[in-house]
Amino acid sequence: MLTIKNLHAQIEDGTEILHGVDLNIKAGEVHAIMGPNGSGKSTLSAVIAGKEDYEVTQGEMEFEGEDIMELSPDKRAHKGIFLSFQYPVEIPGVSVTNFIKTAINETRKANGQSDMGASEMLKLIRGNAEKLGIRKDFLSRSLNEGFSGGEKKRNEVFQMMMLDPKLAILDETDSGLDIDALRVVADGVNAFKNEGNAVLLITHYQRLLDYIVPDFVHVLHEGKIIKSGDKNLAKELEERGYDWVIEEAAAKV
Amino acid sequence: MSNTKYTEDDLREDLSSQKEYEFGFTTDIEYEDFPIGLSEDIVRKISKRKNEPEWMTEWRLEAYREWLKMEEPTWANIHYEKPDFQNISYYAAPVQKKVLNSLDEVDPELLKTFQKLGISVAEQKRLSNVAMDIVVDSISVKTTFQETLSDLGIIFMSISEAIQKHPDLVRKYIGKVVPKTDNFYAALNSAVFSDGSFCYIPKGVRCPMELSTYFRINKEGSGQFERTLLIADEGSYVSYLEGCTAPARDENQLHAAVVELIAMEGAEIKYSTVQNWYPGDSEGVGGVFNFVTKRAVAERNAKVSWTQVETGSAVTWKYPSCILKGDNSIGEFYSVAVTNGYQQADTGTKMIHIGKNTKSTIISKGISAGKSHNNYRGLVKVNSSAQGARNFSQCDSLLMGNECGAHTFPYIDIKNKSAQVEHEATTSKIGEDQLFYCNQRGIDMEKAIALIVNGFSREVLDQLPMEFAVEARKLLEVSLEGSVG
Repeated sequence: MLTIKNLHAQIEDGTEILHGVDLNIKAGEVHAIMGPNGSGKSTLSAVIAGKEDYEVTQGEMEFEGEDIMELSPDKRAHKGIFLSFQYPVEIPGVSVTNFIKTAINETRKANGQSDMGASEMLKLIRGNAEKLGIRKDFLSRSLNEGFSGGEKKRNEVFQMMMLDPKLAILDETDSGLDIDALRVVADGVNAFKNEGNAVLLITHYQRLLDYIVPDFVHVLHEGKIIKSGDKNLAKELEERGYDWVIEEAAAKV
Repeated sequence: MSNTKYTEDDLREDLSSQKEYEFGFTTDIEYEDFPIGLSEDIVRKISKRKNEPEWMTEWRLEAYREWLKMEEPTWANIHYEKPDFQNISYYAAPVQKKVLNSLDEVDPELLKTFQKLGISVAEQKRLSNVAMDIVVDSISVKTTFQETLSDLGIIFMSISEAIQKHPDLVRKYIGKVVPKTDNFYAALNSAVFSDGSFCYIPKGVRCPMELSTYFRINKEGSGQFERTLLIADEGSYVSYLEGCTAPARDENQLHAAVVELIAMEGAEIKYSTVQNWYPGDSEGVGGVFNFVTKRAVAERNAKVSWTQVETGSAVTWKYPSCILKGDNSIGEFYSVAVTNGYQQADTGTKMIHIGKNTKSTIISKGISAGKSHNNYRGLVKVNSSAQGARNFSQCDSLLMGNECGAHTFPYIDIKNKSAQVEHEATTSKIGEDQLFYCNQRGIDMEKAIALIVNGFSREVLDQLPMEFAVEARKLLEVSLEGSVG
C-alpha cells in the first residue's frame, strides 16, 4: 500500500532530518515505528502527509502504486491517507460535528460522490462517538478548544473512524493518555483495522503495542530505520533501551 | 454590459416618455438644470423635485448652512483622497435601468459571483434587471407583502413617499437621533439625502416578517445619500435587513448614509446590514467610500441590536451606536468587518449609558488580509446618572498574511462607580498548522480558510436572520478568495 524508498527530507534551513528511509506497508498490516526523541518520527509522518515545511530531496514515495510526491496534503487525504496529530490544533468556532462533516463531504466530492445524507451522517457520528465513549455535548464544542490532551487524542481517533482511511498514521497517540483512555482508543483502532486498510503507529512506548499488536516494528534513529523486527522487538527495546540497537547498527557500517 | 442595441437616442426617448414615477411625487425639472456641485440652489432643486413641503426644504437648507461651517474630520486611522464636494452630482438623473432579455446578456464575471454566493436564478435576474417570467411574479409577491403590513398598521415605504404621506410622523422624528449638525457627513446627508426607508411599527405590534429593502424597489437607484428612519412604538418588534451580498458596482464613490432608529418603551429593533460595495481594483484604485452615521435611541425596557457584515467598499467608516436613554434598556453590536487588498475600515460602536441598569454588548470581529487595514474603534460611556450599568466588549482580530494590519482603539469613559465594564481582546493569525490540519482532513486551502474564518465570526453570524446568515457565510468566503499567501 505504501512504499517508501531512500527517502531524504530536509527542513527550510537545509538541515536534513530523514537520511534515506525505506518502508513498505501492505494492506492488512500494522507497523510501529519507535525511536528516541529527535530521531525524525514526526517528520516522517508529516512528510507522508505532505506538509510543505519539509522538502524531499531524494527518494520515492508511492501510495497504492501511485507516486504521491507532487500531491498536496488534501489530495493525499482524498486518496485515503489519514494522520492523527501529536498536537492537534484548535479551530475556534468550528464544531467537531461541522468539521468532520466538511471533511467527509469534501473527500466524497473529490472522489465524485455526492454529500453524505444527513441521517446517515448522524448515525455514523453517534455510532463512532459511542464506541469511543464520547458524549453528545462534546460534539458541539469548538474543535479541540479547551480539550485535555486525552480528549484531543480521542477526537483524532474519532475522526479516523469517521473518515475510514486506507492508511491511518497515528503519531504518538498514546502520549497523554491514562490507562482507561488508552484502552478505549486502542479498542477503536482495533475495530477499525481490517484486511483492506493499514495502520502505522508512531510511538515512544511499548505500552500501546500491548493493546494494538503490530506485525512489524521498526527503529528509527537519526532519520534512518536501523532495525526491523516483529512485536518482540518492541518488548526487547522496553527492557534494554535503544542503545544496543544503535551500537549494533553502527557496527554494521 | 454591452450597449450596442440600446443607444443614447433610445435613452433620451425613454426618459422623455416617462410620465409617471412609482409614487408620482416628482416634478418636471429637466436634468440639464442639475449641474454638478453643491449650493443652496441645488438643495432647493432637490427638495422641489421631490415635491417636499416647505419645512423639509428649510430643514435641508439649515443643514447645508451648517455643513458649510464644518470641517471634514481627519481623526480616523484611514487614508484616502478627499472627495471633491463640488465635483459630485447631488441628484442622480433617474436613468431607466436597461431591461435585459436573459441572463446571457449579463456580465459573466458578475454571474460567476452570483453563483458563488448561492443566489437563486430568480434573484439573479432581479439584480441584473432581467425581465421576469410571468411565472415568477415579483409584483404579486410585493403586493401580498404590502397587504399584510398595512393590515397591521405597519408603515414601510421610501422616505420620500413618507414625507408626502406621513409628514407629521417624519417631521416629529427626523433628526432627533442624528441631528443635522452631528457631524460633517451627517450634515451633508441632511442637506442632500435622496432616498432611504421609512418604517413605523405601531404599539404592541410584532412585525411578522423581516423587512428588507428588497421590497422597496428604488427606481431612482442612486443610493448615494440614503436616509433611513425607523420608529418602533411601545412594545413593538421589528427585524430589518439592509443591503445584499451581491456585489454592488456603483459609479458614485461617496456613500454617506444616515440611519436613525427609535425604540420606544418596551420595543425591540433588530437591524442587520450586509455591505458589499465595490472595494476598488487590485491596485487599490477606485472603490466606494462608505461613510455612515447610524444611531439608535432606546427608551425604558427597550432593546436595539445592530448586526453588520462589512466586506466591501474601499473605505468603511461607521459606528452604529446606541443611546441607552431609558432604564433597563439594552444595546448590542455584532460586527464582522473584512478587509482585503487595499481596503481600509475604521468601524466600531458607541454605547452611551444614561438610564439605570442599562446593558450593552459589543462583539467585534475584524479580519484583515492582503495589504489592508482594519480598525476597531469603540466607546463605552457611562454617565453619572447610569446607575448599575453593565458592558461586555470582545474585540477579536484575525490576520491573514504578513502585510495587513489590525488596530484596536477602545475608549472607556465611566462616570458612575457602580458600572461593570469588561473588555477582552485577542489577535491571532491563521496558523499554517490550522490550515495543514484541515488539508490533512481532505479540506482544500480555500475551503479551509472559509471554515476557519466562519468559525472565527460565528458569534456574529449567528445573530443574522437565517437566510441572510447563509448568504453572509458565502460572502465571507468569496471576499477572502485569493488571500492565501
